[in-house]
Amino acid sequence: MADEMKTPLLDELEKGPWPSFVTDIKQAAKKKASARDLLGQLEQSYRDKIGHWKHGGIVGVKGYGGGVIGRYSDIPDKFPGVEHFHTLRVNMPAGWFYTTKALRQLCDVWDKHGSGLTNFHGATGDIILLGTSTDHLQPCFDDLAEIGFDLGGSGSAMRTPSACVGPARCEWACFDSLDVLQTVTRTFQSQLHRPMFPYKFKIKISACPNDCVAAIARSDLAVIGTWKGDIEIDQKEVQQYAKTMNIQAEVVDLCPTKCMSWDGKTLKIDNRECNRCMHCINLMPKALRQGKERGAAILVGGKAPIVHGALLGWVVVPFMKLEPPYTELIEFINKTFEWWDENGKMRERLGELINRLGMGKYLRAMGLKPLPQMIKRPRANPYYFWREGVQ
Amino acid sequence: MLPPIITKNYGKWKYHERVKPGVLKHVAESGDELYTVRVGSERLLSTDKVREICEVADKYCDGYVRFTSRHNIEFLVSDKSKVEPLIADVKKRGWPVGGTGHSITNIVHTQGWVHCHTPATDASGIVKAVMDELYDYFGRMDLPAYCRISLACCLNMCGAVHCSDIAILGIHRMVPKINHEIVRTKCEIPNVIAACPTGAIRPDPANKSVIVNQDRCMYCGNCYTMCPGMPVADPKGDGVSIWVGGKVSNTRSGPAFSRLVIPYLPNNPPRWPETVAAVKNIVEVWAKNARKHERMGEWIERIGWERFFEIANIPFTEQVIDDFTMAPETYRTTAAFKW
Repeated sequence: MADEMKTPLLDELEKGPWPSFVTDIKQAAKKKASARDLLGQLEQSYRDKIGHWKHGGIVGVKGYGGGVIGRYSDIPDKFPGVEHFHTLRVNMPAGWFYTTKALRQLCDVWDKHGSGLTNFHGATGDIILLGTSTDHLQPCFDDLAEIGFDLGGSGSAMRTPSACVGPARCEWACFDSLDVLQTVTRTFQSQLHRPMFPYKFKIKISACPNDCVAAIARSDLAVIGTWKGDIEIDQKEVQQYAKTMNIQAEVVDLCPTKCMSWDGKTLKIDNRECNRCMHCINLMPKALRQGKERGAAILVGGKAPIVHGALLGWVVVPFMKLEPPYTELIEFINKTFEWWDENGKMRERLGELINRLGMGKYLRAMGLKPLPQMIKRPRANPYYFWREGVQ
Repeated sequence: MLPPIITKNYGKWKYHERVKPGVLKHVAESGDELYTVRVGSERLLSTDKVREICEVADKYCDGYVRFTSRHNIEFLVSDKSKVEPLIADVKKRGWPVGGTGHSITNIVHTQGWVHCHTPATDASGIVKAVMDELYDYFGRMDLPAYCRISLACCLNMCGAVHCSDIAILGIHRMVPKINHEIVRTKCEIPNVIAACPTGAIRPDPANKSVIVNQDRCMYCGNCYTMCPGMPVADPKGDGVSIWVGGKVSNTRSGPAFSRLVIPYLPNNPPRWPETVAAVKNIVEVWAKNARKHERMGEWIERIGWERFFEIANIPFTEQVIDDFTMAPETYRTTAAFKW
């Protein structure tokens, strides 16, 4: 036993000032054989320079097609505690706000059923409960339901949507990102729990153009807050900032549209030319406030490289009002699901499908009118269609 | 699960200040003040550690706590007098306070060898080694701008690192070793063929399996995701690549992809010294040369990539020149450039 537990390589990662995940695994290993064998197997990976998990595995809980990631060791004889070591993705509370009561309840459930190891949080935003055996999945799920938690998405499903902190603690929220998140999650429970799509579908919601959840980079459908109307300026506060900041150099000169001027006393903004990038507002939150008419831009197609290369989201709705019950957004998502499901090939993300069939086809299917806000620049090739009936 | 002060001032925040590294102050229209103390975490937490976080939140925050999209812990306090004792308490526990403003905040990352079945490298180990080295930057705010570092342990990028100031990406470098028996019995061959972005896979009717055209394979591993008979991981082939200059926010220059600058560094556990040194070098070169508010990519676009490779002292390699589907837009289409 003592010999097996020697982990000279991982021990190196307990040195240094940043909190060490190895310490966490060791803590859990005091109580759980599975965590002990995870530590052993990870040490082996550090020696072998390769992972030791088998390919995939399909496990789940009753009535759900996703939310559990099957995981099996490829050296179970050596590390029987991780022979099966499945992950549960648990839908996080909006904005990742917790009471300690809820967190402790989660810990109780996980100490009872799993390795005692977690991620706060996974890359998509879920609470990750790392490692349990097949026989514990259903009881663990039942206990999670008991304390008010549900599973998140996995596989070819709508993945757990996520949102920035929004109006809970940010003055820049152009809409209620947490309420939109809640509404989208509740409305699309079936799409979340029952993988039925060509591939994964991610929805991320950022309440302003700073995009704190990286919606534009990693969601098939990004909702990014923006506004119309003039930026409100409090000149007195601008002057306060001027005491510690070079307004000309740091704010005015860095404005991408050059729509600002500063004479040492008064800041002027030519609002018609502002493209709402947030730079000036970020620098002077006390002095500048976004315009009053607030909503969001909707972008589609963002994704990481697999299969045909990474894409950033494309603007297809430059401005949408987002107020409860968010009917327009829900209809938009529904229609997009339908079009993608109808036309997408296996493992084809929305962006790749639009790329294959052409943006025009998607826009027409969605009933979206062409707008100059949708493009960076017009096409430079003469290869375009004239559809029947178009003059 | 919102703290009462947030419920009360929901949607009515007026402005915020960065009081000092790791401390934000939000002021509501009502005049209420909310202090946030941001603490770095290892993301992979034991339930013991979570309970310890709860202990702190109970002691100072009336039992409320939140996490950020970059794996940081945020303790929210409405009583200013609790801020310093809270900071002293978490520091005593060895938890870093920082990650606000122009700092290097926590590294978003994936599972790696801890729990993934397709990794080309570990995730938590590299992150720990890099953050140890950049530790001081977490607790400071004197960098030119934000610097977001992310890590994904394979091209699937569940961490979606492709728009980060610095991205650390695990890569494979060897073609899949086909196990015909598994391909024959467990895989849907048309799907495996369709999974290849470069068309490198074709049927092998004699074996009821597939053949990989070695010259076309870019080791993305998508075939392995579709079929366990196509393993692509290899201790010698696998390693780390470094990408720079991406961002997601719309500020100034807008969102941008990270670009490849170092195509391969070896997997060298437990502390990946080559990767740590490469990341540190890039951070320091940027910190020294960029103007205020210039993100990594904005700085590089201003000085030119040819200059970046020179002053960062990074060898320019053939892999850096794109030859995938969107390649032409990365080629230089002007006769204006620097030496």
